[in-house]
Amino acid sequence: MTEANLKQTNLHDVHVAAGAKMVPFGGWSMPVQYASILDEARCVRERTGLFDLGHMGRLEVKGKDAVSFLDRMVTSFVGKIPQSAIRYGLVCREDGNPLDDLLLYKTGPEDVFVVANASNKDNVLAWLRQHAGDAEVTIEDVSDELAMLALQGPKSQAALQPLVKDLDLSEVGYYKFAFGTVAGIDNVRISRTGYTGEDGFEIYFPDEHAVRVWNELLEAGKDQGLAPIGLGARDTLRLEAGMPLYGHEIDLDHNPIEAGLHFGISFKEEKGDWMGRDALARVKESPTRQLVGIKTDGKRVPRQGYKLFHGDEEVGEVCSGAVSPTVGMNIGSAYVPVALAQPGQTIDMDLRGKRQECTVCELPFYSRTRK
Amino acid sequence: MRPDDRKYLDSHEWAKLEGDLIVVGITDFAVEELSNGNEGDLVYCDLPDIGRMVEQGETFGEIESVKAVSDLNAPVAGEIVEINSEIEEHLEVLSEDPWKKGWLIKIKPTDKSLDHLLDASAYEEHIAH
Repeated sequence: MTEANLKQTNLHDVHVAAGAKMVPFGGWSMPVQYASILDEARCVRERTGLFDLGHMGRLEVKGKDAVSFLDRMVTSFVGKIPQSAIRYGLVCREDGNPLDDLLLYKTGPEDVFVVANASNKDNVLAWLRQHAGDAEVTIEDVSDELAMLALQGPKSQAALQPLVKDLDLSEVGYYKFAFGTVAGIDNVRISRTGYTGEDGFEIYFPDEHAVRVWNELLEAGKDQGLAPIGLGARDTLRLEAGMPLYGHEIDLDHNPIEAGLHFGISFKEEKGDWMGRDALARVKESPTRQLVGIKTDGKRVPRQGYKLFHGDEEVGEVCSGAVSPTVGMNIGSAYVPVALAQPGQTIDMDLRGKRQECTVCELPFYSRTRK
Repeated sequence: MRPDDRKYLDSHEWAKLEGDLIVVGITDFAVEELSNGNEGDLVYCDLPDIGRMVEQGETFGEIESVKAVSDLNAPVAGEIVEINSEIEEHLEVLSEDPWKKGWLIKIKPTDKSLDHLLDASAYEEHIAH
């Protein structure tokens, strides 16, 4: 896809003016970095960072059967999500392999707001509509109407609160959302969610206000060290936090059980049958491989597709990798046979015939609650 | 304008004739693309063993930044007779002086001609697009 065919968020020119390097991502031209990727990652771990997530897919699933329909289509138990709470889940095919992973916001008794990946949104939309059958449900794509920004890092609440009227952010719990007036815009959805492993918020409001809110946030958060953060650091942060990225840890060849996403999969009887349930139940009984963390003292950075060897035997493949400023080593995620998944196990990464030793470790590499 | 005492590859290596040898490095543009202006973003440079024979266009090494790995391609065929091993430990030299101190390898070429490569103005043209 050439630059000209890429979609742009309303903030595109703001990013370019700020010196961002723009790259294609999921059909969009997005900022990969404004400054150094490592400095941006540190900014989020130590202070707070601002992300443009206008590329993400946003869907509204509504109607009398919205909840039961989604319970048939996604892995998590939608019927059990409390009002104003959020759960992680996946949309899987019958074979248990995911079309995408999602956040599900319970916005009303018959309303669920769904956040999907940019590159998968059209597929998810078509898949859900195709399987709606007789269910009384409407599925609407609201991606283009809504801006989506994230503030991530320990100072995020302090940075955001000055712009928020009629809502005390400390009352918004983890994976909960509420509505507040942000920069004069009523009814802005504010959720305590993110993709970095830090405390923080994601906010949704009409797209036409994107530039003004972005600038006002940077101004209001200046004293907290708020700075814009690109997709490069976002990828490092999510990998450190052990969060999967579609197309890397999960895809049509990598199921969520072996990826360790049990918290997003419900086998409860009350949920009823759902797409992919039987296949994933079988994987759960006898998994053959496991997603693990790998870290290495060597200089080379693990990259997607690098082969892993145990002695002369090829045993797996790297899914993602990064220079980790938080761990202080080069890290990655990889699938290895269950027998080699124990922390401390050493395996070799192959770089065109040269080997570099890696050590298997538990995911996540970083947890703010478990330091 | 980049130095016109040498020739360029469209993959951003430069080649300069010095006596009987061809000195090879990468351009400031390549360094900027890899590091986006942050020298700390360069993490690794893999150079070949002395004595290795390379073909014109063959990958002789790799340079890696926080976000990507790039091949290093030989501008001419020949034998690698020297490498700048200091670079492997001091990647910042590439940001500071890609044209002189940041040289990577010296090749004893089978043919000294660099006529098949881009001159400085053609390279400028190439990176402008």
